[in-house]
Amino acid sequence: MQSYSYILWIPLLPLATFVVLGLFGRKYLKTSSGLIGTLSLLTSCLLSFKAAKQYFFVDGKVDGIYQKIEAFKHVWLQFSPGVSIDMGITIDPIAVMMLVVITSVSLMVHVFSLGYMKGEDRFATYYAFLSLFTFSMLGLVLSVNIFQIYMFWELVGVSSFLLIGYYFYKPSAVAASKKAFIVTRFADLGFLIGILVLGFYGGSLDISTLIQKFTTVQSPEYISITTASFLGMSMLTWGLTLVFVGGAGKSAMFPLHVWLPDAMEGPTPVSALIHAATMVVAGVYLVARLFPVFSMDAHALDIVTYTGVFSALLAAVIACTQTDIKRVLAYSTMSQIGYMMFSLGVSRYGGEAGLGYMASMFHLFTHAFFKSLLFLGAGSVIHLVHSNEMKDMGGLRKLMPITHIAFLIACLAIAGVPPFAGFFSKEEILTAALHENTLVYGVALFTAALTSFYMFRLYFSIFWNKEADVHGEHHGEGTWTMKLPLIILAICSVGAGFIGFPEFVTSDGAGIETHMDIASMAVPVSLSIVAIIIAAIMYKNANEKPAKVATAFGGFYRAAYKKFYVDEVYLFITKKIIFPLIGQPIAWADKHMVDGFMLMLGNLTAKISAAIKGMQSGKVQYYALYFFGGIIALSLLLIYIWK
Amino acid sequence: MNEVPLEHILIVSTALFFIGMYGLFTRRNMITMLMSVELMLNSVNINFVAFNKYLYPEHLDGIFFSLFIITIAAAEAAVAIAIIINLYRSHRSIDVDDAAEMKF
Amino acid sequence: MNLSLLVIFPLVTALAVLLSKGLKQVRGFALLGSLTQLGLAGWLLKSYQAERASGNLTTNLFESNTPWFTSPLINYHIGVDGIAIAMILLTSVVVVAGILVSWSMEKMSKEYFFLLVLLSMGAYGFFISLDLFTMFFFLEIAVIPKFLLIGVWGSGDKVKSAMKLALMLMGGSALVFVGLLGIYYNVHSFETAEVIRVGLTSGVQKFFFPFAFIGFGIFAAMFPFHTWVPDGHASAPTAASMFLAGISMKLGGYGCLRMVSLMPDAANYYSWIIIILATIAIIYGAFATMMQTDLKYINAYSSISHCGFVILGIGMMNKTSMNGAVIQMVSHGLMTALFFAAIGMIYSRTHTRMVAQLGGLLKAMPFISTVFVIAGLCSLGLPGFSGFVAEMTVFMGSWQNPDTMYRFATVLSGASIVVTAVYILRATGRAIMGPISDEHALLADATWNEKLASVLLIAAILVIGIAPFLMNQLIVPSTDILFEHIGKAITIK
Repeated sequence: MQSYSYILWIPLLPLATFVVLGLFGRKYLKTSSGLIGTLSLLTSCLLSFKAAKQYFFVDGKVDGIYQKIEAFKHVWLQFSPGVSIDMGITIDPIAVMMLVVITSVSLMVHVFSLGYMKGEDRFATYYAFLSLFTFSMLGLVLSVNIFQIYMFWELVGVSSFLLIGYYFYKPSAVAASKKAFIVTRFADLGFLIGILVLGFYGGSLDISTLIQKFTTVQSPEYISITTASFLGMSMLTWGLTLVFVGGAGKSAMFPLHVWLPDAMEGPTPVSALIHAATMVVAGVYLVARLFPVFSMDAHALDIVTYTGVFSALLAAVIACTQTDIKRVLAYSTMSQIGYMMFSLGVSRYGGEAGLGYMASMFHLFTHAFFKSLLFLGAGSVIHLVHSNEMKDMGGLRKLMPITHIAFLIACLAIAGVPPFAGFFSKEEILTAALHENTLVYGVALFTAALTSFYMFRLYFSIFWNKEADVHGEHHGEGTWTMKLPLIILAICSVGAGFIGFPEFVTSDGAGIETHMDIASMAVPVSLSIVAIIIAAIMYKNANEKPAKVATAFGGFYRAAYKKFYVDEVYLFITKKIIFPLIGQPIAWADKHMVDGFMLMLGNLTAKISAAIKGMQSGKVQYYALYFFGGIIALSLLLIYIWK
Repeated sequence: MNEVPLEHILIVSTALFFIGMYGLFTRRNMITMLMSVELMLNSVNINFVAFNKYLYPEHLDGIFFSLFIITIAAAEAAVAIAIIINLYRSHRSIDVDDAAEMKF
Repeated sequence: MNLSLLVIFPLVTALAVLLSKGLKQVRGFALLGSLTQLGLAGWLLKSYQAERASGNLTTNLFESNTPWFTSPLINYHIGVDGIAIAMILLTSVVVVAGILVSWSMEKMSKEYFFLLVLLSMGAYGFFISLDLFTMFFFLEIAVIPKFLLIGVWGSGDKVKSAMKLALMLMGGSALVFVGLLGIYYNVHSFETAEVIRVGLTSGVQKFFFPFAFIGFGIFAAMFPFHTWVPDGHASAPTAASMFLAGISMKLGGYGCLRMVSLMPDAANYYSWIIIILATIAIIYGAFATMMQTDLKYINAYSSISHCGFVILGIGMMNKTSMNGAVIQMVSHGLMTALFFAAIGMIYSRTHTRMVAQLGGLLKAMPFISTVFVIAGLCSLGLPGFSGFVAEMTVFMGSWQNPDTMYRFATVLSGASIVVTAVYILRATGRAIMGPISDEHALLADATWNEKLASVLLIAAILVIGIAPFLMNQLIVPSTDILFEHIGKAITIK
């Protein structure tokens, strides 16, 4: 078997770029930083493709099953015997798939940003942060150790924070970056405790060891974690649920999704990379990574399923009402991730039962391409009209033909129209859901229709509808660096579905056969097409219909437009409960009670001394009086008390 | 010959002591205070001599002690008067209440 | 190597500072002295590792013992283990950084630098002492300069803060002294090794342990004896804040650790109280920080929260958590010194520390702002920085105890990482990001000395954060030895 040690370079190159650009970029490499970043990422990307080729086609498969390989492992921090954080590289189908996805999308974003971010003041810093993000994300997917995942998890969080807050002088960007970090941090607390639970019972933090121990029913670790319980749930359920909370935070699942729409304050290419294709699917990846353990616990899987399906539906409903194009895309991302989640939830481990797992990964793969395409397309549009609002757009198909075609392809892909990529993956998800849980299937079907509707609402509003008044200089679609990624991604969005995905990525490494029958395909596809037609009727030309529909839905429409007031609930909890009812009383108590007590001790001493200092009058005769008084008292004491 | 009983002598010395003490507390003039102190010392001397005679006539310790105290008293008077003179130079007064700087 | 050099060098530096004239000479000598000290600390580390590598497994290395008094028996007994070396390294780094940031201290510069160097001497002496009385002696040396540094060079209500700090720390010293006397009159020795060898009866331990532990706890900002921290830090000049948080709070943590090793039965007996107090400090400090509006108060309160992790790690009484406590001490010392340095740089330019009056500093002073953000990220425990390593080690350690109360304490302390993120990001969001006011837009960025100081501290933070195994190699053998003795007490129970 050939060595995989070169994979180490895939994350290390962006890291090196980050260090170089971070230290010297601002002063010395101001103009060349984009090129440096792009070239180093191109190298990483090529290495990823090499790794994928080697793993999938040359030596990854042993006896028809893709093996999990640990290419590199180094003890980073030893806690106690057997329990340590290791830094390492694990290679298995999902890791390799993620490598390809991350490096290629990141490369596209790097190239796109060359044009999009040109002339920015902190151009070098931007590329440094992009590299940092890419490094962290690659480290995350290659992790061998659950704590290693947690570390890179935090790092992607912080690079997301830095990139959302890139326009640091805009208060809204600052608020959004804070919100993103704090909400995900809150979720990470759950993840951390989940790790502690699993690590405690498993006696290790190594993922393979944990999986091996917790999937062997007769192992002492499995027995101890399933027999121990807290509040009526076994510790295994607790551990997995808490880990899932971490995943839900990063992947913007209800109720931890509030940060994602706001995160659109960042530069649009960043949204394409982080908040569409890579970081937000980290939660899905995490569940997939620990899937053998999840599959041992039906409760945890149920939680995953229902969170996923509810988020998918909720986000789709909200997306229908939003007017900021990036926010529509953000909710659509959330909805699609909900698909991936429940698909994992309805899956079981191994063989045909693992269809949901495969479908989820497949959807992750295709979604990365068409969603980043949508975002980059939106970026081009925003670059032209300098606005995020739909009302400022319309009729742009003539001004930007390439963007128009690319955007249309992506919309068709996400709507699940054959033969575009999204069709295949969504079809697998729906099939998996149908086998397992009819309720979920029904909701998923409805959500799929909604998805087609709001995506085409977006498409028609941008490229058709009324003619937008694009004034000022017409720089059209920008430089070739902005067009090239759109074209490449569009090709991927068409072609990605034809890869024989089920052969490569499955829950147990063995390829599975999938059969698509026309009957099961007909329902979702026809629903989608109907939804597209409705969208066309409503939005292709400027008319009164959308307003009428909105009034017909009345309160429900307003609630959806206000995102069902989840933000308000959070604001209420923080501004009305945590700050005034916890923070301020504590600060007050510290100043007035704890410190007050210490001050009181001091003041008491001062008071006592003030009270008795009158004795020191300076008058000698009083001293003599005290002296003799003392003598008399002592004598009396000696005579009468102690004899 | 009828001996004077010890009690009588003790009454005298106690009276002397408290007269001295009273003088020490009430007089503001330092010279008079010094004299009061001498009175107290002398009352102690009387006690020493008296106890020596009545209780341990074969020893001489008490007498020695009173001699010792007389010597000390002389030295003390010298030092005290020196202090008083210095005080008079700085404060133009030998009233103790005028020298009350050493307080809190 | 001769450990006394660690004490003699600062003394010589202090004298040289006293004898020199003018700011230039004074700071030159001070910097030279502190750099030498840094070199010495590095050399000490190297020779320690060489000695350990050659198979020397005694508890303390480089011991030397000179009788000081015969009755009571007090020896100038010095020696180091890995923990002490970690502390010495921390001290030397913070001292260099502190001297660099006070490069342009015009007011009574000679006295200022003299006191700084004197304080560092106390700290070095404290860390190398193996004799409890000598340790106490150096502890006191480190207290007095703080009072003067705050009282003379401070800002705000400096006299009150200085008094508060000095009185509370003195109170702590008094309690420590009671504890030490209790040990002495039961073992008839101040020698730590002797105390461990002879051992105190459980009753004696239970009586004297609270004195010693609370005494050192006051230094380490243990709840509810932490109130000197906010006022003291806020009033102190920059370098003094750095020394205070970076060095002198560590004297407390280190002392607590030693006391636990001397009186393990009592520590085990009282551990639940320690844990409760530490958990309160962590979560309560974090919430109190959230409400502060002054940058220095923010950092001071966050120090209470972070030092709570030290106490928590010690109170949890197992190897991992104690390692965590030691790493947290070093990490917090570096990070908070960096934070105070950044705040000092901002304050010296904008003349305000109120978060609401700042904004968008990243535009005017990118370097200082970056330093501030790095310190903040370290404080909220970002991987790659030392804070993460320390906190995670404490968590892993404290989670090892399956008791529900311990679990609860761990989860609550864990929750503080969220609150930490909130207050750090609030401060960063307001002061560093956002729109900048016109009067701040033209302020200059850091000067070379400030840059050097920041880079030094950041480098140290990164070394621990990126290669924690180096730190572990240094301290784990020593905590193992320490724990051999403590472990017995726990199994007896």
